[in-house]
Amino acid sequence: MTHYLDFEKPLAEIEGKAEELRAMARGNDEMDVESEAAALDRKADAMLVDLYKKLTPWRKCQVARHPDRPHCRDYIEALFTEYTPLCGDRAFGDDAAVMGGLARLNDRPVVVIGHEKGNDTQSRIHRNFGMARPEGYRKAVRLMDMADRFGLPVVTLVDTPGAYPGKGAEERGQSEAIARATEKCLQIGVPLVSVIIGEGGSGGAVAFATANRVAMLEHSVYSVISPEGCASILWKDSDKMREAAEALRLTAQDLHKLGVADRVIPEPLGGAHRDAATAIAHVGETIAAMLADLDGLDPKALVKARREKFLHIGDKGLAA
Amino acid sequence: MNWITNYVRPRINSIFSRREVPENLWAKCDACGTMLFHREISDNLNVCSNCDHHMHITPRDRFTALFDGGVFNQVAVPEPVTDPLHFRDQKRYPDRLKAAQRTTGEKEAMLVATGEIGRMPIVAAAQDFSFMAGSMGMYVGNAIIAAAQEAVKLGRPLILFSAAGGARMQEGILSLMQMPRTTVAVQMLKEAGLPYIVVLTHPTTGGVTASYAMLGDVQIAEPNALICFAGPRVIEQTIREKLPEGFQRAEYLLEHGMLDRVTDRRKLREELIVLTRMLMKAPPATWGDLPAPGPDDAAAGTEPDAVKGAAKT
Repeated sequence: MTHYLDFEKPLAEIEGKAEELRAMARGNDEMDVESEAAALDRKADAMLVDLYKKLTPWRKCQVARHPDRPHCRDYIEALFTEYTPLCGDRAFGDDAAVMGGLARLNDRPVVVIGHEKGNDTQSRIHRNFGMARPEGYRKAVRLMDMADRFGLPVVTLVDTPGAYPGKGAEERGQSEAIARATEKCLQIGVPLVSVIIGEGGSGGAVAFATANRVAMLEHSVYSVISPEGCASILWKDSDKMREAAEALRLTAQDLHKLGVADRVIPEPLGGAHRDAATAIAHVGETIAAMLADLDGLDPKALVKARREKFLHIGDKGLAA
Repeated sequence: MNWITNYVRPRINSIFSRREVPENLWAKCDACGTMLFHREISDNLNVCSNCDHHMHITPRDRFTALFDGGVFNQVAVPEPVTDPLHFRDQKRYPDRLKAAQRTTGEKEAMLVATGEIGRMPIVAAAQDFSFMAGSMGMYVGNAIIAAAQEAVKLGRPLILFSAAGGARMQEGILSLMQMPRTTVAVQMLKEAGLPYIVVLTHPTTGGVTASYAMLGDVQIAEPNALICFAGPRVIEQTIREKLPEGFQRAEYLLEHGMLDRVTDRRKLREELIVLTRMLMKAPPATWGDLPAPGPDDAAAGTEPDAVKGAAKT
């Protein structure tokens, strides 16, 4: 069953009616509903174009969090071969919110790391809704170190509401773990490319996205704080998330203007979840293109370029 | 002219002007409620003399107490674009900035200075919690980068005092980008083989803790400082249970292996002198009341332009 977002309600009605008509016709050979259903389809398509033509920042947040949106696991399964998960931080445990391991991208061995949110109740709980704990960041550091030693590029897929705000996570040094992961991103002498595939939630995202190249899917978001969190602090009212989402400039398009995102990857009409295969293929092409950009750079140049990039982010503001 | 203008009016005026003594001669300790005389507080570095509670201290007051003879030179920080996102919540961001500048008398939430502590030349940076909760935006990022560059240029250790509610939301993603930017600054120091000492003060939270404030060679915290990534309120809402007493406080972090030391503010200067001198392989300090370095000392030092004249106020 398709999951509709609140602003897609009118669309849900039309698509629902078309579906109903066809269901009725299936039980009765004499009914011919196809022309009527097709008309509804056309209406739905037009409405979809209209709805997605100019999504407000808050609606983009909703699309970015869509439960049916392809997640890290879907990308890894579709784009990489011989994916071999590698687990654990060698200190405390393994964090299922972070997937990571060796894999091949177009036959080239790479290290792939990403946040996984899960796609049903059970897997969401197992993955902690993509909110990593210190073990997850420390596992990532370990994998990045390995990539660095063996000269393998690192691909990160970012999709997290943020680092997990829990008691154990704090006790085990959540902030230190994030800081070390960001530090590691800046140290490794191999190409590091990142794609924000859904939500880029604050420090938990930076820890993976401090990369030579950062791409964002068209309806993904990347922000210092969730719109709800920002609204409750600055507006003292968490229902002001629409205003907060607007003010935070968290869309891929704004971040591209600010120089935080290097590329914006187009999504199929109606969002990545309406045609996951196409969205995933676009992401695959972009990852390959971003890695090709960095071909021929030696380790020192890669580190230098990465640092320079971040030192200069924000030089011009939105005016740029 | 008569006796009224010549004699009475000045007398009346003087009576009224005499009334203009500071009103807040007394302050109450936030922790134990003891009334403290303002001189008593400032002489004690804003630590309550009754219960040892560490109250906020401005970067300027901290530096005056930290540096030999209270002398330091402010390091210029490159100015970022103001209000890069044209951010507006209930107030415009530039108005919030102006209000903070008016109440603190400072330009932004971080002060960087060079000077000497126990005759050891250092660079210091201190975050100002009274300026928009010390929040980390582009200016603070630039300040930390400037501090690291100055330390590398002069071959000195960097001591950083952190205090922040986290990243500055009004600068959106650009405040978040200060996490990697300040991490690059820390890496500059490490590559130059210079000590980076972090003193975490109350409170240090969010993206600040998750970047430069946790990457020190030595991590010291002031007693009872709240140090965390996610604040206690957020955690209580997430896990729906009450957190134990002292959770995320300096002593708790020390117990969990996240800090090297918890040190009383009144002993910090001595400790920082001892640590920096050892890490810089300098001989032990000569203790005593050190006056401000004179012109001869500066000339004899490794960097003649570093310490000169009086502190800028």
